[in-house]
Amino acid sequence: MNLGRRHFSRDRQGRYRPELSGQERTLLAALPTQAMELMEQKDASTRRLFPTAYPDDAQAEEEYRTLMGDSLVAHHRRALETLAEGASAQALSLEELEGWMGGLEVLRLMLGTRLEVREDMEWIDPDDPRAPELAVYAWLSLLQEEVTEALADALAGTPGDPDR
Amino acid sequence: MTITAPLEVDLPAGGQDVTPDRPWIVVVWNDPVNLMSYVTFVFQKLFGYSRDKATRLMLDVHHKGKAAVSSGPRERAELDVARLHEHGLWATMEHPA
Repeated sequence: MNLGRRHFSRDRQGRYRPELSGQERTLLAALPTQAMELMEQKDASTRRLFPTAYPDDAQAEEEYRTLMGDSLVAHHRRALETLAEGASAQALSLEELEGWMGGLEVLRLMLGTRLEVREDMEWIDPDDPRAPELAVYAWLSLLQEEVTEALADALAGTPGDPDR
Repeated sequence: MTITAPLEVDLPAGGQDVTPDRPWIVVVWNDPVNLMSYVTFVFQKLFGYSRDKATRLMLDVHHKGKAAVSSGPRERAELDVARLHEHGLWATMEHPA
């Protein structure tokens, strides 16, 4: 894990090159599979993936679940698959990078829920039994931050995008 | 589509209570996981908001705990909520009196 550099540079074709170690790529391929299993089991850590739309109306909420529930599951699964498939890629299109952002989001929501992260957690206490997983969480956060930055640049058409 | 309708309609007596449809409000709540940059980006992408407006809404979520990000008829609001849920944001909808 190297927190000092950017992980996504653009090549001359405008594609994004993930600069990740073999260990990082292995982890990015493995975590989505674990996440999908937990989704299948309706594990408590998946709670944040399916928020309540109508907190004050149980019947409307039930209807919303019936209408949107399956497609929301499918959407999260697709994002995880895109991330797992792209973990070995040398270059990513803008669309694939968006898929990464979604996959990283699902992983962070699940891990963050399980670890009960708080907003004010600035550093990791090495004596905390959760330290190894918190380190993974921090790494996923950094990746998502950089992916989001790259996508926001592309949206704005700023000099980060050589095609414009 | 052709609709055959009488040219003159008998309005129900005392039809003064035709209140315009009150809009539904889509609310995004603060949560400890979502990154500020990510929330801003999602608002830009889903609603076509400028970076400034999206940032302002994100800061409202962050500092005030929630922000109303869109409003409209129920179907529209429900679709917005679903798209926000797809992007991992904690969104709800309400219909204030």
